[in-house]
Amino acid sequence: MKILVCVKQVPDTEEIKIDPVTGSLIREGVPAILNPLDACALEAAVRLKEAYGGTVTVLSMGPPQAKEALKQCVAVGADEAVLITDRAFKDADTLATSYALSMTARQLDAFDLIVCGKHTLDGETGQVGPQIAEHLDWSQVTHVMDMKVEEGKLLAVREMEEGREVVEAMLPCVVSVTKTLYKPRYPTIKSKLAAGKKEILTLSADEIENLDKERIGMAGSRTKVAKSFTAPTGQAGMIIQEETAEASGRKLAQILLEAKLV
Amino acid sequence: MAIILTEEQKELKALIREFMENEVIPFAQEYDERGEFPEEILKKAHEMGLGCMNIEEEFGGSGLNNETMAVLIEEMAYGEAGVSTSLTVSGLAYECIRDFGSQEQKKLIGEAIVAGKYISFALTEADSGSNAGAARCGYVADGDEYVINGSKAFITNASYADYHLVFATKDPALGVRGLSAFIVANDTPGVSRGKKENKMGLRLSNTSDLHFDNVRVPKDMLVGKEGLGFKMAMTSLDVGRILIGAAATGIAQRALDESVKYAKQRSPFGQPIATHQAVQFIIADMAIEIEAARLLTKNAAILKDQGMRISKEAAMAKSFASDVAMRATTDAVQILGGYGYSKEYPVEKLMRDAKVYQIFEGTNQIQRMVIAGAVLKE
Repeated sequence: MKILVCVKQVPDTEEIKIDPVTGSLIREGVPAILNPLDACALEAAVRLKEAYGGTVTVLSMGPPQAKEALKQCVAVGADEAVLITDRAFKDADTLATSYALSMTARQLDAFDLIVCGKHTLDGETGQVGPQIAEHLDWSQVTHVMDMKVEEGKLLAVREMEEGREVVEAMLPCVVSVTKTLYKPRYPTIKSKLAAGKKEILTLSADEIENLDKERIGMAGSRTKVAKSFTAPTGQAGMIIQEETAEASGRKLAQILLEAKLV
Repeated sequence: MAIILTEEQKELKALIREFMENEVIPFAQEYDERGEFPEEILKKAHEMGLGCMNIEEEFGGSGLNNETMAVLIEEMAYGEAGVSTSLTVSGLAYECIRDFGSQEQKKLIGEAIVAGKYISFALTEADSGSNAGAARCGYVADGDEYVINGSKAFITNASYADYHLVFATKDPALGVRGLSAFIVANDTPGVSRGKKENKMGLRLSNTSDLHFDNVRVPKDMLVGKEGLGFKMAMTSLDVGRILIGAAATGIAQRALDESVKYAKQRSPFGQPIATHQAVQFIIADMAIEIEAARLLTKNAAILKDQGMRISKEAAMAKSFASDVAMRATTDAVQILGGYGYSKEYPVEKLMRDAKVYQIFEGTNQIQRMVIAGAVLKE
C-alpha cells in the first residue's frame, strides 16, 4: 500500500501573536512545530503500513525550514519525505495549496491513499484534504479517527457529533484525520539520529510537471485574508471555595440559578 | 546553558525533555510517595531506546558516546532522577562486559538491554561499601561451573533484573585480587531477592538485596579472567561516575530553574524576591556551580571518548556535581521557603534525590581519595 501524508509546519499556537498593523501572523521567534493533527494522520498511516506493508511518503509545501517537520515525520515512520518550496507558492490559499499538493502527488507515485490532518493550528480551515480529493477526483472520508483496509477497501471510523460512523470507501481515497484513538508515537534515539541524516527531496514549482502557474501561490488563490485580529480571550473564571464542599456546591447552584443558567 | 551542543545532541535533548515533561514529571510525585518503580513509564522509555544508549548498533543499541550520553542523562535527571538511574544502570554493567567480556557475553547482555531488560551491577555488600576488596560473597570452581554463595546489598534494579553482574571473591584474604565477575541469570536456582530498600530519595528507582545460595554458573559466564573483577568494576565505575556527574548536574539545574521561577513570582514585600540581592546571590552561586559541574562532566566524558584514563577526572565530575546538586537543592528549598518544604512543590524531592549522589558510585570521600592519589602520583 502506497500512502502519502500531507503535513504542514505551523507556529506553536501557545506562542502565536498577530501583528496589529498588518493583521498577519507574527512568525519570528515563534517555535515551529509539526501540525498536531498531521502527526495523528502520520501515525494512522504508519499503522496501516505496519499492518499491510507498503510505504509512507510525507509531503509538505512551505519554506526550506519545513524540512525540520519532515525530518520529524521520518523519525516516526515515514519512508520518504518531499518538500515543495518556491517563492511562486507564497501566499497560497487552500485552493492553491491543495492544487499544488495534488499535482505533486500525481507526479510522485501512484498512491493508494492520501492522509491529511483535519485542519491546521494556524489556518483551521479544514479545506485542504477535501480539496485534494476533488482535484484528483478521488473518494474522500473526513473526520477519521481510525481506519483499516479489508478486501481492498478502506474502512474508516468517523467521529460524529453523536457517536461514531464506519464508512467504506474505494481506493484510491483521501482521508482527513481528526484526533486518532491513539497518540502519535515518540521517535526512538536511533530513528531520530537516522532522520537527521535523511535526504529530503526538494522540488521547485518548475520541477512539478504540468503545473499551471496561474493556479498556485497568490495568483491561484480565490480568497484573500481581509483582516485578522486577536480575539478577546475569555473572562477570568470564578473560584468558589466555601468552608465545606457542600457549602461550595450550594453557592455554585445559587449562582447558576441567579444567572438563569439552570 | 552555555555549552556548545551538536545539532544531534540538541535534538535528542529536546526529545528527552518532551518525554520527561509529558510522560514522567506529571506522575513523579505520586510514584515518589508510594516509593513505586514506574514500570509502565520505563517501558515507554525503553521503547525509545533510552535504556540502551551506550550499546553498540550491532546489538540494536544507539551507540552513543559518553559526551552525548552525559547531555541526555542530565536532561533525564532534570525531569526525574530515579528514572534516569533505572535507565542507566544496565548500561553500567555492560561497560565491564564490553571491555572485558567475550563476544557471546556482549551479545547476550547487549541484546537483553536493547529488549528492555534490566541488568544489575552487584558489587556492594552490607559490610563493605567503600572497600570492594573486602567483599565476602565468594565463589569456587566446580567442574564446568562456578558456585557462588553470599549476598549483595543496595543493588539498583535488583528486583527487576533478568541478569546480575555479580562480583565475588575466590578468597577474602586476596583482597582486590580475589575478585571476579560473573553474569548470573536471575532465574538460576539459588538466586533470590531480598528486601527492597525504603529510601529517602530516588524513590522511583529500585534498590534491593540479592542472595546467592549455591548458585551454579557455567564457566563461560565468567567475565574476562579470574582476579580481574576489581579492575573491571573500577573501569565501569569511571564511566558511571561521569554519568552520575551528568545526572547530578540535571538535578541542580532543575533546582535553579524552579528557584528562578518562584523568585520571579513571590512578592512578600511588594516586589518579587528575585529583585533582592540576598536571593540573587544564591541564584548566581547556583548558576556558577552548575556551569562548572557541567564542564567537569563534559571534560571527563570527552577524555573517556578519546580512550584516555579518566579515574581522576570522573571522580572530580562526580564529587563536584553531586556536592553542587546537594547545595543547589538545599538552597532551592530555602528560596521557596515554606512551599519549598512542602511536597506541593518539587524542590523537597530534588533535595532528597540529590543526597544519594554524594554517596553511591563511591562516596565523595572515596572520590577525594581517588583524586588525591592521582594528583600525588603525577
